[in-house]
Amino acid sequence: MKVALRSPNTIMKLSRLGSFHQSKLSFLRSFLSEFKDWEYERNLFDLDKDGFGVAIYSFKKRDRVYSLICFANKISDNERSDRVIATKWDAAFTLHDGIPNKKDIERLKKEVPRQEVGRLSYKELTLSRANKSVRVFDHVVKCLSNGEQPDLNLLEKVGYLYRTTAVYGSGKFGLADRFRIKNRAEINGPFRLEMMLVYLVRQFTFDQVNHVAKNKNPKKAVKLDLKICKNLGIGNSTGLGMAPFIVNHPTLLNNWILCRETALKKIREIKKVKESDSKLFKECVKNSIKNIISWNTESEYQLKKIRDLSKDVDRFITFLEKNFDFKKDYPFNEIYIWLEKETCDECIEYIVSIMMEPYSDIVQPLVKKMSSEEEKYFNIPTDRTVEELKTILEKKYPDILTINFSNKQNFKKFWFISKNKEEPRIADRFEEHGSDLEQPLAIARDIKELYDKLLLSKNSLTIDEFLIDNSDLRHVVRRAFIIEKFPYSEIQDNTISENTVPIDMLRLKLSFFGALKFDPRSDKWLRICMFQGAPLPHELKNYDEHWVYKS
Amino acid sequence: MKSLSEIETTSKRASRAAGFSWGIAEEVGKCIRLLELFGLPGIKNLNEYLDNREIENFETLFSISKNNKSSAKFFCPINLGVNFLDQVKKLEKFNNISFEKIAYPILLIPFLSRSSEIVGKRISFNFDENNFLLNFNINISSNFLKKEFPSVAKSVEINFLENEDSFSNKDWSSLYALSEDTFVEETDSLKQGAAGAGLTDND
Repeated sequence: MKVALRSPNTIMKLSRLGSFHQSKLSFLRSFLSEFKDWEYERNLFDLDKDGFGVAIYSFKKRDRVYSLICFANKISDNERSDRVIATKWDAAFTLHDGIPNKKDIERLKKEVPRQEVGRLSYKELTLSRANKSVRVFDHVVKCLSNGEQPDLNLLEKVGYLYRTTAVYGSGKFGLADRFRIKNRAEINGPFRLEMMLVYLVRQFTFDQVNHVAKNKNPKKAVKLDLKICKNLGIGNSTGLGMAPFIVNHPTLLNNWILCRETALKKIREIKKVKESDSKLFKECVKNSIKNIISWNTESEYQLKKIRDLSKDVDRFITFLEKNFDFKKDYPFNEIYIWLEKETCDECIEYIVSIMMEPYSDIVQPLVKKMSSEEEKYFNIPTDRTVEELKTILEKKYPDILTINFSNKQNFKKFWFISKNKEEPRIADRFEEHGSDLEQPLAIARDIKELYDKLLLSKNSLTIDEFLIDNSDLRHVVRRAFIIEKFPYSEIQDNTISENTVPIDMLRLKLSFFGALKFDPRSDKWLRICMFQGAPLPHELKNYDEHWVYKS
Repeated sequence: MKSLSEIETTSKRASRAAGFSWGIAEEVGKCIRLLELFGLPGIKNLNEYLDNREIENFETLFSISKNNKSSAKFFCPINLGVNFLDQVKKLEKFNNISFEKIAYPILLIPFLSRSSEIVGKRISFNFDENNFLLNFNINISSNFLKKEFPSVAKSVEINFLENEDSFSNKDWSSLYALSEDTFVEETDSLKQGAAGAGLTDND
């Protein structure tokens, strides 16, 4: 039996993309899988009694070394902010290509804590900073220094000791361009080095908290229990900076989604499911309830989604136990059809992610296909005709072509880059100034305008001729020829409507990172947790790959 | 040192700010990145070009023909570059194309380099005794070694080069004969047993 890939016109809607969950395809999980047999080492740990100073951690295999350099600094409480306007952080980090020498460390000590206003070199691969969750960090120090383990309820509510507020890579602030490292087999997957940075930062936070507690009370202090460490991740505060990324990298977006859709299709096409696989699937679904129950947020928007998810997962478990026989043919296809009929988007995508757990043989080859050589698809095939382009738009943007952009509510918002922080923002074009400097992120509106212009043009006109008079639409002409080859390259929704929820765009990207417990703090930024429950470095060589559902 | 990613983004934004559409600005960003990757002074020349753009009011040319003469003004290299790129499959048939007066000719080079990749032919770009050979957008070779790139080109010739060997048959035969010394002379026994197929295929 052949199952069709799900339609981009359904899957690429913002509300659906904003319901995606981490899976075996997620980058933090593929990072762990790739680096599990590398040598992990803490090379330097030069902190003072209060935990301020320099530390270096590395992963090494043969002659390749990646070194995380951590700079922990003293800041006052009123300087601590997760917002992008902050200029100081509790700790700043860079991932260095190779082993840093003394000169490198001195150079980086001056630049890394300055983050966006510092300058990095081609020898650095990623850059980040993080703030303590002061409440949790201080509590853990206090307990450990008194010889006790911390309150698990508090730890569970927060889930981390530190949260990062940005992770930069790919040429930002002088960091190495991707072309310098793209042929390395171990980083043949998106954001792999960003994931490495976050993973090593997690270990630094445990080492730092133990160090501070020990110095506070050398005789009595105990170390943070390894099981507790394992259930702590790294938090992350994420704002709109992520949203334009998925619009500006269409072929990459396609490859991420296409891999997910291909995995689902192949799983639905399995005729006979092994008992061990169905058992693992059911076990993961049941265990995952813990992840839902411990998902804390004050966001009404997210709370409703969690309630619906929880209710639907419960119903799904009842369905599995009472009405479902895994011995029948194509059981996962039947499960998927049931989910589509009976449950909400959040639940459908949640279970789709869990379906991948038993199938490394399906997922692993796909992980290698999630990068993109974007340059290859940049040139516009200008010898094609207006008629062909029109057909592409009609086939690939069916719902977008029905949006009425003379209606104010459909173009109420605009995306811009703020001058003071050079970060993306979204605002109301009828109430704020700046819409004349709008970024090219209103793809639906511009595609519609392109279509209207094409309707007035001669079918036989070639694209080079069309572009002479329509240079203002060149950016969407390029995109239309990309979507012809890459069906999941576009969000099939209006990103400037009154009802646009920008965090849906963030959530899509974060789910591919492998984030858990999305906690929207408004419609424009959210907090998440990464690596919670993940193996610790000393466990990497032999860890349970289903750890997400077993922590 | 600025990364190529920073160079591309800043060039794109600056071009947009100077009045180009986003689509053209994307092309400029990509092209300045290419120039800097090839070690040519893209940022410097784009900066000067954008500074002078309003004052000079460069001439635009939408449909490129075999011989292109400007009026009193110099051709705009961005407009020319984008149109050359878009029309390259039509222009290829001319084999050679001439222009009189192009401003900031270095800015045209990356568009020609990308065109070379599209048509699968090397393109030579010659002006005022400066020669550039654009090799399928993989590299650029040139006799141009001066650091200061001229801000104008008075007489420009662009040639599409046929895909021909750059060496003589004699040179090739000599090298090939030497390469044969890595082969094994086949005996009757090797002819029979060392390949998979039978000696006749009349079955």
